[in-house]
Amino acid sequence: MDWGFILERTLSAMIGPEVVVYALAAVGLNVHFGYTGLMNFGQVGFMAAGAYGMGITVFWFGWSFWVGLLFTFVYGAVLALILGLPTLRLRADYLSLVTIAASETIRIVARSRVMKPVTGGAEGIDAFAKPFYDLSPFELGDFYRLGPFKFLGRDVWMLVVGWIVLVAVTLLVSQLMKSPWGRALRAIREDEDAARALGKNAYSYKMQSLMLGGLIGALAGLLQVIQKASVQADTFNPVITFTIWAILIIGGPGRVWSPIVGSMIYWTIIVFVENTLRQLPAGTRTNLESWINLSDFNIGMLRFILVGLGLLLLARYRPQGIFGSREEMALDRR
Amino acid sequence: MLRIRGSARGWRRATALTFLACPAAVGAALMLASPVSAAADGSDTTTSTVADGADAAGLGVVGTIEIVKADGSKSPIAGVVISVVGAGEATTAEDGSFRIPVPAPGDYEVELDVATLPDGVGLKAPDRNPLATTVSQDGDKRVIFPLIEGDTVVTTESSVSARRFFQLTLEGLKLGLYLAMAAIGLSLIFGTTGLVNFAHAELVSFGALMTYFFNFYGLAGVIGFLAPLPGPFGDGVNFIFATILGMLSGGVLGWAMNRWVFRPARHSGVSLLAQMLMTIGGSILLRYVFVYLFTGKFRTYRDYSAQRASTFLGLELTQKDMVAMSVSVVVLLVVGWVLLRTRTGRAMRAVSDNKDLAEASGIDVERVISQVWIFGAALAALSGAFFGFEQVKWDLGFRILLLVFAAVTLGGLGTAFGALVGALIVGVAINLSTLVIDSELKNMVALLVLVVALMVRPQGILGRRERIG
Repeated sequence: MDWGFILERTLSAMIGPEVVVYALAAVGLNVHFGYTGLMNFGQVGFMAAGAYGMGITVFWFGWSFWVGLLFTFVYGAVLALILGLPTLRLRADYLSLVTIAASETIRIVARSRVMKPVTGGAEGIDAFAKPFYDLSPFELGDFYRLGPFKFLGRDVWMLVVGWIVLVAVTLLVSQLMKSPWGRALRAIREDEDAARALGKNAYSYKMQSLMLGGLIGALAGLLQVIQKASVQADTFNPVITFTIWAILIIGGPGRVWSPIVGSMIYWTIIVFVENTLRQLPAGTRTNLESWINLSDFNIGMLRFILVGLGLLLLARYRPQGIFGSREEMALDRR
Repeated sequence: MLRIRGSARGWRRATALTFLACPAAVGAALMLASPVSAAADGSDTTTSTVADGADAAGLGVVGTIEIVKADGSKSPIAGVVISVVGAGEATTAEDGSFRIPVPAPGDYEVELDVATLPDGVGLKAPDRNPLATTVSQDGDKRVIFPLIEGDTVVTTESSVSARRFFQLTLEGLKLGLYLAMAAIGLSLIFGTTGLVNFAHAELVSFGALMTYFFNFYGLAGVIGFLAPLPGPFGDGVNFIFATILGMLSGGVLGWAMNRWVFRPARHSGVSLLAQMLMTIGGSILLRYVFVYLFTGKFRTYRDYSAQRASTFLGLELTQKDMVAMSVSVVVLLVVGWVLLRTRTGRAMRAVSDNKDLAEASGIDVERVISQVWIFGAALAALSGAFFGFEQVKWDLGFRILLLVFAAVTLGGLGTAFGALVGALIVGVAINLSTLVIDSELKNMVALLVLVVALMVRPQGILGRRERIG
């Protein structure tokens, strides 16, 4: 077994592109759930909206990458409006029903053959990210090393931009939540009726929160497709939403840095486990394959089994997250 | 308030029977791994994950275009153009074979260009062209275009649409009936515990998978490989028994989920929202355990898989669907009767209606909740067994979850009869929508129904205002 290789992979995964994308999406979810108490079960839908805001603009309208950037936010905001309008006046679980349904519907529509001219169908869209990588000061094809980390030049560039965006958005959210506006959100999370009695328009605040978190989710989707250099409907699988939930709850909802911490922990564990299993000595590997059917495909599936088990156990025993405090925990309401 | 009377003996007997099957189901779940591993050897070489939908080199749609002559001999046809929407096209070779690579596993439409068929040869089922199909990550998908001598029959426009309307309504009713069985459980669990059970979809898949398992491996898989068992037990039981066993296992899973997961959670004061997250966690856990054991392949039951549709009053329906629909109607009638007339059913409705009042009237609420889980899960399993007619797949339930949600919301969360009404409406609406929109997009209608229902009448058709809060 090549422990050096496993260690290198794991360390790189700690700060890698997935961490950035998932952490950013979790920041959005944190605005929804951590600060406002909205049960958004369709964050991946916002990511898809952001991705297709870029993809459709470049592919279908033939406009530039920079216009696409604008539409990323337009699509995210419009989706938030559509989902929020019918549900935010109702009890919390209706939002969850509609968001999970919408996120899966977006995926199915985007990959359908009718929408092929617009979204590229099942094949998706590529060749839109060139303007982004043209700006890169790093050689795209070269490997760069910094201490234990090793990345391709294009990933280094994506990571530099991604981490700047991630930290900036996190700080912005943290400032917003300290503002009167953010306090109103938390008041709504704690007791909507009380907030309303104090003259706060809870519906409007919840809508604003849904839009803000949705925009951040859209930005995460954009980063993801820029990193993959292709927009593929099937990458926006509903299970990603719940991976993001798991990340948020690992870190502790309603805390500023929890999405980043959660995302780093999650990806470290996953990459370590997967690489270790794949690197097992041949004999052990064969045995495991015959005893518990541990094929390559199933090693890939283990990640989701862990997500499911993790969510189940965290929600049951430690809903405030590993580092969270019970006071900041929206889950304990009602 | 409801008056509670009558006998609970029938229910007790059913519960006892379900308990008996408990170790059976656990054993079966464990055994599911062994037959699958044999099938998986060599075929599961792709390292891609389903979620990433990523690199799946070497996947394709394959087939052979050939015509079966009257004397039974086959002759392949070369030069026919087949296309996979979103992937590419191919022309059949001398031996009639073709292969079109596809980029990723998923749903595709395969179309045969009728103009390229030689004269005197036509499609047997023109309405199955383009053909919707699913490519799994396990390898090539074979499609069949049955051909007949004579030109492709194109019926005149008006009769087609009238016939199509009724055909779609019929299929909508079929979908609605199957959906209803899944929806009632979801609605009742919500009614009695206030919990939206996102893992209900997995109870549906579980029913299909267990039915498949019993259909192929029979009780031997349960009892163990101790001795070669004779006859119906040894290698696979008939689909009908398999369905019953599948339902029982479903009930056991429902009971276990309540007993070991949600009841302790309720008792230690875990909030409803956290419980909802627990159901999500459970849903993902179960779904990916299914794909782990079952692989991403889809399969068909051993019995009745290749049934032809028979025509009845100009409408086409396979015999198995006819039987399954009738069974569904009977089951739903029985459910209605149980809910309205038996002591257990009344207690269920009473708890749904007002938990505190029910408890004050001497109803053992925990017991009723447990019964609702068993009852709802067994119905979901039956619905899954019927949905499995098309294909048994690990995420079969998740694919219909949106429809179940739409049905339950439309009918009114928490009401059993609302779920029934909602399911029928959603089923018919979805199928009729294909008259105007592409069939690939038909499930979008469910989302539309869901959103419109929430905007116009959030409490649902049969629900009451104070629930929506």
